[in-house]
Amino acid sequence: MTPILSVAGLEKTFGSVVAARDITIDVPAEQTVGIIGANGAGKTTFVNMVTGHLRPSKGTIRFGDKDITGMASRDITRLGISRSFQVAQIFPSLTVFENMCVAAAIARDADGILRRAFTPLRSGQTVAEAEAAIELFQIGSYREARVATLPQGIRKLLDIAMAVAGWPRILLLDEPTSGISIEEKFGLMDVVMSALKSRRVTILFVEHDMEIIGRYADRVLAFYDGTIIADGPPAEALANERVQTLISGTKLRTEAAHA
Amino acid sequence: MTNRSTLIGALAFLVLAAAAPALPPWLISLATIAFAHALVVLGLVIMWRAGLVSFGQALYYAVGAYCVALVSRFTGITDAFVLIVLGGLAAGLLAVLVGFLLARYREIFFAMLSLAMSMILYGVLVKTEALGSTDGFNVAPATFLGYAPEGAMLNLALFWLVLVLSALAAAAIGVYFRSVAGAIAVPVRDNEIRIEFLGLSVNRLIHLKLVIAGILGGVGGALAAMTISHVDPNMAYWTTSGGFVFVTILAGAGSIAAAFVGSFAFEMLRSIAVALLPGAWQLILGSVLLITILFVPDGLGSLFMRKTRGKEGEPA
Repeated sequence: MTPILSVAGLEKTFGSVVAARDITIDVPAEQTVGIIGANGAGKTTFVNMVTGHLRPSKGTIRFGDKDITGMASRDITRLGISRSFQVAQIFPSLTVFENMCVAAAIARDADGILRRAFTPLRSGQTVAEAEAAIELFQIGSYREARVATLPQGIRKLLDIAMAVAGWPRILLLDEPTSGISIEEKFGLMDVVMSALKSRRVTILFVEHDMEIIGRYADRVLAFYDGTIIADGPPAEALANERVQTLISGTKLRTEAAHA
Repeated sequence: MTNRSTLIGALAFLVLAAAAPALPPWLISLATIAFAHALVVLGLVIMWRAGLVSFGQALYYAVGAYCVALVSRFTGITDAFVLIVLGGLAAGLLAVLVGFLLARYREIFFAMLSLAMSMILYGVLVKTEALGSTDGFNVAPATFLGYAPEGAMLNLALFWLVLVLSALAAAAIGVYFRSVAGAIAVPVRDNEIRIEFLGLSVNRLIHLKLVIAGILGGVGGALAAMTISHVDPNMAYWTTSGGFVFVTILAGAGSIAAAFVGSFAFEMLRSIAVALLPGAWQLILGSVLLITILFVPDGLGSLFMRKTRGKEGEPA
């Protein structure tokens, strides 16, 4: 079976700074991939390249059989690769429902700005999609709340709900639990993961919390200094010595305990 | 809110149309110009909702006006309907062209670049002696499908024409504001990144808004040229653009009807101010603008609308 996402020899340099180098991975459909690594290890750079926010300096990105290297982000979104953001990117002046309507309306039709001037924003289908997404992500009690007033966790859920409005095949989540209290993290991830799995989305998520990685990922990619230093099932990848020394810090803690 | 405001709008339209013959001619002329300008202002409102202010809307206004003047001068066509379509088309086409550049800019850069475009046209018009330079030239009286009224009847006919076009424009923009492209205005101001990552080009969205505003500006200019029976380069000057922005602030972006009310209020105010203080009427206009911004920041439209945004509050 062709992998749904295939990245080969990906490299990104900013002047003399190498943000990513020689990243080569294949992701089969419906896998849930956790991406770990210290700050500046290249995780977000990787996400930005796959979603078209950054153009790779070298290498190729294939979505199924299609080469999407260097394509514009909105074209990549239209093909079926969507993303959420570390800081939720939503429309603060609008309500949750209005946010979802905008997302569903944009996602529904083929791009064609003139046609969009004649399609009502709140067609029956758009409203139905918006309602379904609000229910799927369990944010119904905030339906009429203006987004600027929402708690962090709800903003994150809305951001992800909007990202999947177009029924993407792949979703990249950049730190879905950042800014969320420890008590709320698992609840949030349960909602997100079951929603995404019900839509059979292939998931790549960036995460710092190893417990969350262990619970939700089928596979772990460990980034260090712009490159992947471990790739495998969570138990295996998290047991990797370099991962423990350089990323999760378990090694250091153990050594400190021995000392 | 839509049903009620449509009803009020339709009622106002009928009352104005029926009452027109009984109104004094000066008021008819003033209202005709005011509503022609309101069309230009509606274009600004469309952009305003997306967070963009054009300080050069007089560009399209002048192009519409000069298009009417030139066509009637060189081809002898005086039919108002043909001239208005041509004026709107010319300005719309120009908006398509300059839109490729303008749609890439935001905020002050957008405002200043729009201003620059209009000042280029102003410069060209002033330097073109064949078009009367700073004096401009006269426009032949309009005809209506062969009907050629004169004097007061011509003014009345033009008023009715403006009224009909205003109603059409208001209805069309109402539909546009509820469309996907039209409703995504506040979201543009809020967060362009999200729109792009949902799969829609913000620049194309803005380009469309520019073209709609350009067409409205051209139609407004065409109507103004026929009403004043004269065009001159001042129609492209930045103070003309400033006047449109003034009315936009006065009216607010919340309602379509407010553009007409605001534009009428502005023309009245200017007439009164000139009569009261011929040498310093700008003082009065400036004070009114100040008071508006301080006490009615969302414009006259916000005074009529219910304070709380209802459950149906549109995402725009």
